[in-house]
Amino acid sequence: MVIAAVGEINGKADHLHNMHAWRLDKTKNISHMVTADGLVKTYGKKKEVLAVDGVSFSVDKGEIFGLIGPDGAGKTSIFRMLTTLLVPDGGKGTVEGFDIVRDYRQIRSTVGYMPGRFSLYQDLTVEENLDFFATVFNTTVRENYALIKDIYDQIAPFKRRRAGALSGGMKQKLALCCALIHKPTVLFLDEPTTGVDPVSRKEFWEMLGRLSRQGITIVVATPYMDEAALCDRIALIQSGRILSVDTPAGISGDYPDQLLAVQADNRMSALLKALDKNNDVLNSYAFGEYAHVAVKKEESGMVGTLGSYLEKEGFGRTEIKPVQATVEDCFIQLLK
Amino acid sequence: MKSFLAFVKKEFYHVLRDRRVLLILFGMPVVQVLLFGFALTSEVKNTRIAVVDYAKDNASREITDKVAASRYFDIDRNLLSHEALLDAFREGKVKAALVFPAGFERDLAHQGTAQVQIITDATDMNVAGQVTAYLTRIITAYQADRSVPSRNTYQITAETRMLYNPELRGAPNFVPGVMAMVLLLVCVMMTAVAIVKEKEMGTMEVLLVSPMKPALIIISKAVPYLILSLVDLIAILLLSVYVLKVPVRGSLALLMGESTLFIITCLMLGILISIQTASQEVAMLISLVAMMLPTLMLSGFMFPIENMPYVLQLLSDILPSKWYYIIVKMVMIKGAGFMAVWKETAILLGITLLLFGVSLKKFKIRLG
Amino acid sequence: MQNDLREVAIKTDQLTKRFGDFIAVNAITFQVKGGEIFGFLGANGAGKTTAMRMLSGLSIPTSGQASVAGFDVYRQPEEIKKHIGYMSQKFSLYEDLTILENLEFFRGICGLSGEEIKTKSAELIDDLGLRKEAKKLVGELPLGWKQKLAFSVAIFHHPKIVFLDEPTGGVDPVTRRQFWKLIYDASDNGITIFVTTHYMDEAEYCNRVSIMVDGRIAALDAPANLKKQFRAASMDEVFYQLARGAKRSD
Repeated sequence: MVIAAVGEINGKADHLHNMHAWRLDKTKNISHMVTADGLVKTYGKKKEVLAVDGVSFSVDKGEIFGLIGPDGAGKTSIFRMLTTLLVPDGGKGTVEGFDIVRDYRQIRSTVGYMPGRFSLYQDLTVEENLDFFATVFNTTVRENYALIKDIYDQIAPFKRRRAGALSGGMKQKLALCCALIHKPTVLFLDEPTTGVDPVSRKEFWEMLGRLSRQGITIVVATPYMDEAALCDRIALIQSGRILSVDTPAGISGDYPDQLLAVQADNRMSALLKALDKNNDVLNSYAFGEYAHVAVKKEESGMVGTLGSYLEKEGFGRTEIKPVQATVEDCFIQLLK
Repeated sequence: MKSFLAFVKKEFYHVLRDRRVLLILFGMPVVQVLLFGFALTSEVKNTRIAVVDYAKDNASREITDKVAASRYFDIDRNLLSHEALLDAFREGKVKAALVFPAGFERDLAHQGTAQVQIITDATDMNVAGQVTAYLTRIITAYQADRSVPSRNTYQITAETRMLYNPELRGAPNFVPGVMAMVLLLVCVMMTAVAIVKEKEMGTMEVLLVSPMKPALIIISKAVPYLILSLVDLIAILLLSVYVLKVPVRGSLALLMGESTLFIITCLMLGILISIQTASQEVAMLISLVAMMLPTLMLSGFMFPIENMPYVLQLLSDILPSKWYYIIVKMVMIKGAGFMAVWKETAILLGITLLLFGVSLKKFKIRLG
Repeated sequence: MQNDLREVAIKTDQLTKRFGDFIAVNAITFQVKGGEIFGFLGANGAGKTTAMRMLSGLSIPTSGQASVAGFDVYRQPEEIKKHIGYMSQKFSLYEDLTILENLEFFRGICGLSGEEIKTKSAELIDDLGLRKEAKKLVGELPLGWKQKLAFSVAIFHHPKIVFLDEPTGGVDPVTRRQFWKLIYDASDNGITIFVTTHYMDEAEYCNRVSIMVDGRIAALDAPANLKKQFRAASMDEVFYQLARGAKRSD
């Protein structure tokens, strides 16, 4: 059975749009809020570590754009280049039309940035941190309070507490407030939910959604595949290279194979071993309680074929059903 | 301007909320001054001395009494023989001995000359030298008392005056040295560590991505330490004047002015160190090893520079603390005016400007 | 699942740890069977880490009973340490030694002979496909390889139980699954796996899962049963339902 991707047609259109190089209107009637064009970054005395290898993408106003990839994929380096903290070794980039190398002053005045670790002042209170960052950006807390109110309300009861004494989830909320307090047009969030409990993670993403609807462009890096689904568009990145840029639905839709979910006697380990031996199986791996099995798209009747195979291998209660590829499935497929 | 002030305010919060920093900033200078002023002195007091008196006459007893009365000596025992004396030295029970031969007074009265033997334990040559000097002085004083000016002999009496520090106390030497060290410690180490801390904690990243000029970020970090070191300076001066009895002979304004210059030099050093290092430990190590130790050893504070090999003398010349130490001694202890220290001041100013220029050049507006 | 008469690898009874007035772990009672893959879940601050430290002989409980690999946690913590493997996110191998040097070191401290060390190290390196990298510094390896290596080191002395503290943080989905393959293999060989993780799909890979909330065990069962019980489509939802009501967070 061939699975039709939801929104496949939309996905394809966006897909084409992004696959071509963007065209920046030089008179600052900019078409994209953030652009990366062949960004390259190397580390080491002899430039031997290639952290970012020709990364290109663009982000539109009001979008939530996710940079999805594991540790070491290059996400932080890309962020640091876009926020003007590092100079690229190759390629170009713009934020709000400003060049990331030449116009760093303008960019630094308008973006909001939340780096990977908690990077606010542990020995200042919540209030003091917020006040400080507001003043640094030549504004006051009161001026833009409306923007952060929803978030701040959750930590307001602790406003006199030292930031270092807050829980992980609250720290992230405070960091977000401090990044927002000067009403940035673009928000760069580098792994904002790593190490934060699942409940706070959900709340955080809800906040991001509300911000995006207010017109703030958000570029967020995360290693969590499930958060990818919450973005408007995502770029899958691994080892410094972009594997794919599209809406989550588009990426799912582009999945080239047929995907089946298989359950057999609750014996994952044995099941995977059995599937490994099967020649029809392009790839198989654990995925929660099911094993995901990729087979050729054109093959029909795979459910039955696979079922008989597993029975022969000695599995009793098997359950096989077609499923739609998630971002994680796509990532795994792209890595192959 | 507002953001600069916000920065300075934040820095004060950091300092005042960190108990360890406060301890170093305020506890340490006080402890140092008191330690050096009272406990760690190269003066020799209460040296145990043995007297072997073969003469047992008036003269020997009078000299012995004078020695006993001096605060420099404690007469340990009146020994009866040379052997006992050697034993006492070997066991370390006495550090010096005064030996009167038999017939001491008789020789003095009839022949006009007599001999007295001073034996010291020279394993510590510092002590030995001073002990010999004191004893000789006591004996010379006795001799002067006793002698009658004679028309037939030429006599040259040397009148000695120890300017600025007649009692040869240690404190006037140490106070300027402690001042240099404390200001160095506070301004170089603390500033360097404070700036590097931001780098380590990741807050520097966030600060860089803001409208604040990085140069202002750095300066705002130095400002609290400038103010705190001035407070330290005043504390040291107060302690020095009222507790150690070392007054400020010269112009207080000049002293404060020169000190402020030296503070700025140290702040520049701290900033330069922070630009070049990435971790607090390294910053601290460099401050201690590259700044404090040379200051201690090569600024003239503990050991005279003139006695050092030429290479070290050159090294000493590039230490700002050496010049400041000279300035403070001139102004505070000797009461000299600006004209006496203009050369040293110019050198200090030159060093400061050089450091400023280098810092500016090496300054990083980005990471990595 | 095999027969339930397998030996009990971990057994706790009202295990409690207090810090002053604060009850970090509040009378937890559960058992882990030999060869099981047991997921020990909970939000930060729920008491997971404290409980693990008690079970791995690193901390003495305040009250309650517990035995690990047959040894009592009060009286025989040193024996426990000898018979378990431990892999923590914070430290596993020495970054400035090569792979080979690390293996030799860890095997050496566990009293294997020089010959055994050589052969077993070579075997392990081959198994993991790291022969070309054997002389590389561990610090230069990608995170995924470090994790796999650390796991292998944790189990090389064939402990009965291995404790894994968030072993797969930050790596890509493929590497994570490779790691779990190692876990499956170890479990097939009879080693009990006690693992904590923030990835809820990994919770599904476990035979049974316990979820701690505010110091207590709020749920303990096979993932399939928990999903039925909480009418949830995934372990993520089960966790969310339980953690949402938590009063404590880190």
